[in-house]
Amino acid sequence: MQGTQQRDWVTRAAILVPYLWLVAFFLLPFLIVLKISLSQTTIAQPPYTPLLDVSTGWDGLKAFFAALSPENYATLSSDSLYLWSYLKSLQIAALSTAILLLVAYPVAYALARAPRRWQGVLVLSVVLPFWTSFLIRVYAWVNILQHDGLLNQALIALHLVDAPVTWLATDTAVYIGIVYSYFPFMVLPLFAALEKMDNTLLEAAADLGSPPWRTFLQVTVPLSLPGIVAGTLLCFIPIVGEFVIPDLLGSSSTAMIGQTLWLEFFGNRDWPVASALAVVLLAILVPPILLYRRREARIR
Amino acid sequence: MKRFGTVNLTALALGLAFLYLPIAILVINSFNDSRLVTVWAGASLRWYRELLRDEAMLDAASVSLRVAVLSATAATVLGTLAALALTQRFRGKLLFSGMIYAPLVMPEVITGLSLLLLFVAVEIDRGFWTIVIAHTTLTLCFVAVVVQSRLVTFDRSLHEAAADLGCPPLRTFLTITLPLIWPAVASGWMLAFALSLDDLVVASFVTGPGATTLPLRIYSEVRLGVKPEINAVCTIMIAVVALGLIAASLLTKRSAGSAQLGGRA
Repeated sequence: MQGTQQRDWVTRAAILVPYLWLVAFFLLPFLIVLKISLSQTTIAQPPYTPLLDVSTGWDGLKAFFAALSPENYATLSSDSLYLWSYLKSLQIAALSTAILLLVAYPVAYALARAPRRWQGVLVLSVVLPFWTSFLIRVYAWVNILQHDGLLNQALIALHLVDAPVTWLATDTAVYIGIVYSYFPFMVLPLFAALEKMDNTLLEAAADLGSPPWRTFLQVTVPLSLPGIVAGTLLCFIPIVGEFVIPDLLGSSSTAMIGQTLWLEFFGNRDWPVASALAVVLLAILVPPILLYRRREARIR
Repeated sequence: MKRFGTVNLTALALGLAFLYLPIAILVINSFNDSRLVTVWAGASLRWYRELLRDEAMLDAASVSLRVAVLSATAATVLGTLAALALTQRFRGKLLFSGMIYAPLVMPEVITGLSLLLLFVAVEIDRGFWTIVIAHTTLTLCFVAVVVQSRLVTFDRSLHEAAADLGCPPLRTFLTITLPLIWPAVASGWMLAFALSLDDLVVASFVTGPGATTLPLRIYSEVRLGVKPEINAVCTIMIAVVALGLIAASLLTKRSAGSAQLGGRA
């Protein structure tokens, strides 16, 4: 404990209790994943070589380190299926984040410029769908996108297409599902940044003869940059590991890394390879997560 | 005075339509008498009646509600404590705040996998309680962030004044701190409750025999295609959430400050 000031026991408990909980149920599980990713697959229950056996003391520790092998990581790099899956996830996450930015920016901008007395209600109505289940929102799109669903009916009624288009089990459906589900996460940070913007700057630019598009590009966009970065990271990071959306709306060729991990674990029961996949996924996501944390810490 | 042009209005209208139309279609379809979602055969409560006979679905709903109440309550206690801890300086704080913020953006497959491997390693039977533990861990971080944002604006001199006047720590917390951060604690609980009801991925890793939550049940049905009963379940869930939010906003309207109905950040 720090300083000379004696901490009261309430403060001490406030630190210790959640600390221990998180170590037990967040940190420790990760260490186990790391260990199992370095273990060999065995046909047993559970299907991996044993964890550290503390009762055997020093010999147990030596055996523990001797048993570690990078074999699963070798498997990952030798099979192009895994590499492809990672790349596909990153590609889908990058492209859908870009689409999100384009779609959400005008909405956030309009929210920021809405009359004050309406703003609260409008922001709430953007956040509201977030409170309904994620699964329901993805499922709602299965309704619309299925073969004889509403989208195809509308397209045929408008004579835009002659025969029903296949939407489900395509990449397009995955993008629609992701953009729909993550929409509020992009709008809110953008709104927070745009709302703080000083409107006199826009007036000054207009007075000095700057055309609206130029004011937008040279004043509005740079000033909303913190919101752009926050929204981008907030969407990109979880999308990379997305499972439900590609599983319900995508096809097997849209195998994102979340699905691959799921399949290794539940389908092939290869826990060590699934663990290795998780470790690599985490390693990929650590830089953007740290970036996000640093920005958040600075804002606070 | 801000100008609110046609372009802005259009953007807003389109944005809200995009958000609400799919949900509206789902709700309308749940009242469709036809088994085929594409044919409107008149309004009826047929699928709601069938739902009442669906034992498995009702069981799943009860499991989900119990998990959500228990884990949200535990997460609110732990998360509020964690938020208090975040205002302090102590050794190992970097690790602590890392463990608070990481789960917020962590892909669920990783969280689910790692918790399952822990439960297997310590040989806990998986089922109801492992889901409660998993959801508590996941949602306590959200509660901590929501409560902490309220604590930042909290006047520490009140706390110090109470201590100087000889008020014991627990009483200071209960009579000074807690009433002031109460709205944030309440919305933290609601957020945790909603997230727990929502979770599919983590639950599917840590569940065991006999503990099927509502999302797990819905998911196994949805994978086989659209079913009208599922539309009815979803409509009920949406109605419950909407009523809860309206009640919450009426309750928090009187208490000053912003009700933290914020997103996942």
